[in-house]
Amino acid sequence: MLVFGFWTTKICNTRNCFNKIVLIALFSLTFHCNGFASIVCPDLKKILTKFDSPSRWFMLGKKCKVPAGARERLKEAIAISEAMSEHAQKQAARYDLLLPEDAGFLEGDEDEDTNTISQADIADAVDITSGSKYFNLHLSQFGPYRLDYSRTGRNLLVGGKKGHVACIDWQTKDLKCEMNVMETVNDVKWLHTEAMFAVAQKRWLYIYDSKGVELHCVKKFNDVLRMQFLPYHFLLATASATGFLQYLDVSIGKEVAAICTKMGRLDVMAQNPHNAVIHLGHPNGTVSLWSPNQKESLVKMLCHRGAVRSLAVDKTGTYMVTSGLDRKLKVYDIRAFKPLHSCFLPAGASCLSLSQRGLLSAATGEIVQVYQNVLGSNPVSKPYMAHRLRGQIWGLAYCPFEDVLGIGHGEGFTSMIVPGAGEPNFDALDTNPYRSHKQRQEWEVKALLEKVQPELIGLDPGQLSKVDQASFEQRHKEQIEALGFDPLAKDKFKPRTKKKGRSSAGAIEKRKRKVAHEDQRDEIRQSVQERTEREKELKEKSNEKKLGNKSTLDRFRK
Amino acid sequence: QRRAIPFTLGVPRNYDPTLHPFEVPREYTRALNATKLERVFAKPFVASLDGHRDGISCITKHAKSLSTIISGACDGEVKVWNLPRQECLRTVQAHEGFVRGICSRFCGTSFFTVGDDKTIKQWNWEAPGYGVREEPINTILGKAVFTGIDHHQREGTFVTCGQTVDIWDEQRSSPIRSFSWGVDSFSCVRYNPVETELLASCASDRSVVLYDTRESAPLRKVIMQLRSNTLCWNPMEAYYFTCANEDYNLYTYDIRHLDVPVTVHMDHVSAVLDVDYSPTGREFVSASFDKTIRIFPKDKGHSREVYHTKRMQHVICVRWSADNKYVLSGSDEMNIRLWKANASEKLGLLSAREKAATHYNKKLIEKFQHHPQVRRIARHRHLPGDILKQKRELREMREAQRRKEQNVRKHSKPGSVPLLTEKEKHVVAVVE
Repeated sequence: MLVFGFWTTKICNTRNCFNKIVLIALFSLTFHCNGFASIVCPDLKKILTKFDSPSRWFMLGKKCKVPAGARERLKEAIAISEAMSEHAQKQAARYDLLLPEDAGFLEGDEDEDTNTISQADIADAVDITSGSKYFNLHLSQFGPYRLDYSRTGRNLLVGGKKGHVACIDWQTKDLKCEMNVMETVNDVKWLHTEAMFAVAQKRWLYIYDSKGVELHCVKKFNDVLRMQFLPYHFLLATASATGFLQYLDVSIGKEVAAICTKMGRLDVMAQNPHNAVIHLGHPNGTVSLWSPNQKESLVKMLCHRGAVRSLAVDKTGTYMVTSGLDRKLKVYDIRAFKPLHSCFLPAGASCLSLSQRGLLSAATGEIVQVYQNVLGSNPVSKPYMAHRLRGQIWGLAYCPFEDVLGIGHGEGFTSMIVPGAGEPNFDALDTNPYRSHKQRQEWEVKALLEKVQPELIGLDPGQLSKVDQASFEQRHKEQIEALGFDPLAKDKFKPRTKKKGRSSAGAIEKRKRKVAHEDQRDEIRQSVQERTEREKELKEKSNEKKLGNKSTLDRFRK
Repeated sequence: QRRAIPFTLGVPRNYDPTLHPFEVPREYTRALNATKLERVFAKPFVASLDGHRDGISCITKHAKSLSTIISGACDGEVKVWNLPRQECLRTVQAHEGFVRGICSRFCGTSFFTVGDDKTIKQWNWEAPGYGVREEPINTILGKAVFTGIDHHQREGTFVTCGQTVDIWDEQRSSPIRSFSWGVDSFSCVRYNPVETELLASCASDRSVVLYDTRESAPLRKVIMQLRSNTLCWNPMEAYYFTCANEDYNLYTYDIRHLDVPVTVHMDHVSAVLDVDYSPTGREFVSASFDKTIRIFPKDKGHSREVYHTKRMQHVICVRWSADNKYVLSGSDEMNIRLWKANASEKLGLLSAREKAATHYNKKLIEKFQHHPQVRRIARHRHLPGDILKQKRELREMREAQRRKEQNVRKHSKPGSVPLLTEKEKHVVAVVE
């Protein structure tokens, strides 16, 4: 409600408050230095207080537990590897000092709300290049538009519902291809590079080249409503109107998994970039999490009292933001599956998108609102920025390394400047927006070699680095059976005999008793565990008896 | 005047872990690829040195030069080879009968040979001039056949073994000291390269005897169940030696505790004939009567590598080159073969990028070595049919023995059949 009020009154005043706007330019502060020798790396504390955004903390702490009966060699090996890992983390954290760019932000004057500042004002206030990032494409003929930015953020793919598909280099406004597929287009998605994209058309899934040449028509994937591309697995996950979730490996062209979700029409879909799990929202208010290895969902959460309208997951895989027909916007901790906070939006949010730096954009009807600091434990009251369009909003996406939000709506496409949305420092070896042809080729080959197999998709991506306790125990049991004795069992403590009368029988017993409790401790713990389990069982049995479920055959049951 | 160019990184990096998700699965995939590629590039055979007219009985390295070796054959011929050019530099008819042992002097100017004709001969490394006949510098005639020879690291003394272990001075023609311990023959004698006054020898009464040249009598001996053919001292750790035994195993002993071997190395399927340590002291290579050579890490019980060829018959002797890169094997069919110690290593000068990539791949394989898929690929070696069959047979035999022992233990009074670890089973006695 607050947002509406501010907007209607402030539109006329924008010209007057032009002078009062305090804006820090986007992409400021290129870091020049005269050479590595002149950098004196300060100690870790200084760096960590200077750059105190939480994403910069490289998970210090969380040491692995040394198992109880470990031998010397194992303890030494663990200590060495921990020391190396800590050293590597410290070195990586020190590299923060050398990052060339800083994130931008928008600050209003003392009495000014940032959400009253219009896009036109921002575009005037910043430099020409950044200002040209606010533009509108008036395409009112071919229906509301869905959009997708490629992973490097250079190329934009727009698809109108009535069949218009175009791919543009949005910074130079260079049109790469434009066509009308003469069918309803439900969704468009870039594949791993700017060479191929997938269009979910009325009946089947089509894959096109960046020049618009149709490469494949995949008939196995029918009635696709939404698509998500998992970049490190080269998997295109599609959700269909018939309730099927299908995975297509685009490097070998095979369908990896087809899961019948049995939950009706799937038109709300998001991916968790941290562990490649697909989140689906359902009309009964539940959100389910899927991996291609299981026929059932990994997790089902009841999130809303009405249908789930939209979903977004942040890049660290910790928070999930959902919006539903009950006009609530809820934030969940997806690692512990706990709700964090919820806020009430007067008109609900039909589209949600999370940027790389944690800005949430929510679209209601013709208005887009951007919220800051949503992912935390404090609920947000008012939006950071807002923008009003002419046309029902159909798709929202943040451009990867730019402070830009792309909005696809009924009247075409709008690109909106959102200061502080994009990650300012890219990693050239991962996704490089300025890569040359050769660099792209090299990257593609390396990425294909490192393609992660779909069997490794699960809730915890670091599962492989953990100790597999279950199979170790099984193997240990088999070993004991084969050998006849336990090779890992500790020998009984035999005290050394001492000279000068110190090894009389009494003294030896005393020495034995000092160590005796160590063996006993494990036995006691085991027996206590068994006893508690037995008591629990007895309790359950007695509860069952009390509660009933009596049948005539009870007297035959022993 | 040149304009000052502002410092910009050609490839800007950001090590934020959220920009690099899936680090464990990606590293695991890279480790799998690295293991597979290592197997693809594992081509250890380098060259075969042809020329001997009878089986090769011993090989020795030159003390100072990496490119020369000498080999002695069973018809008394000794050949000097140049390894880079893989050609024979010189041939000497040293003995009538087998050449039992060769050793090179520490200064690199001469070498000694012993043979079946009861002589010790000392030869020059340089070939004599044109038209001059090959003559040894020195010949010593002994009373019995000498079966092995080794030279001191720094002084002018050498030791031979035959019926007794004799220590000779180069200037004298009779031994300065003789050790014997009621044994009728010794098969091998070796000086300790670090503690240069210690010696060890393999005797025919299934024992390994330790000596100190400063003492008048042998120190002690450890008696095993079967005879040891050869032994080798660890060049980095003065107190470890490994002996190659007839019962298909190799045993590494600590001279301070001879009652239990430090490690039992089991993988051969026939008698082990020769063993030699790598100059780093971390691995050793063993040659066996089953026609393979195996490379073992010094502390593990199983081999990391096995080399075999259809053409290579019973391998009699094996040496690890002093630059840690090559292994030489001399076998029954008159050939000396040159192998790479690291089968998938690229030889020659590597660029910095190649070196970095090799290090990275090695580290990846080491990190994920315990994962079943990686382990399965890394461990896989092709074995000839006979050896595979023999291995399975041996496994069955050992299983049967173990089951029988378990049953005996189950059905007898508890404590009457003691539990012996594998290490304890093979030593019979230690005698001082």
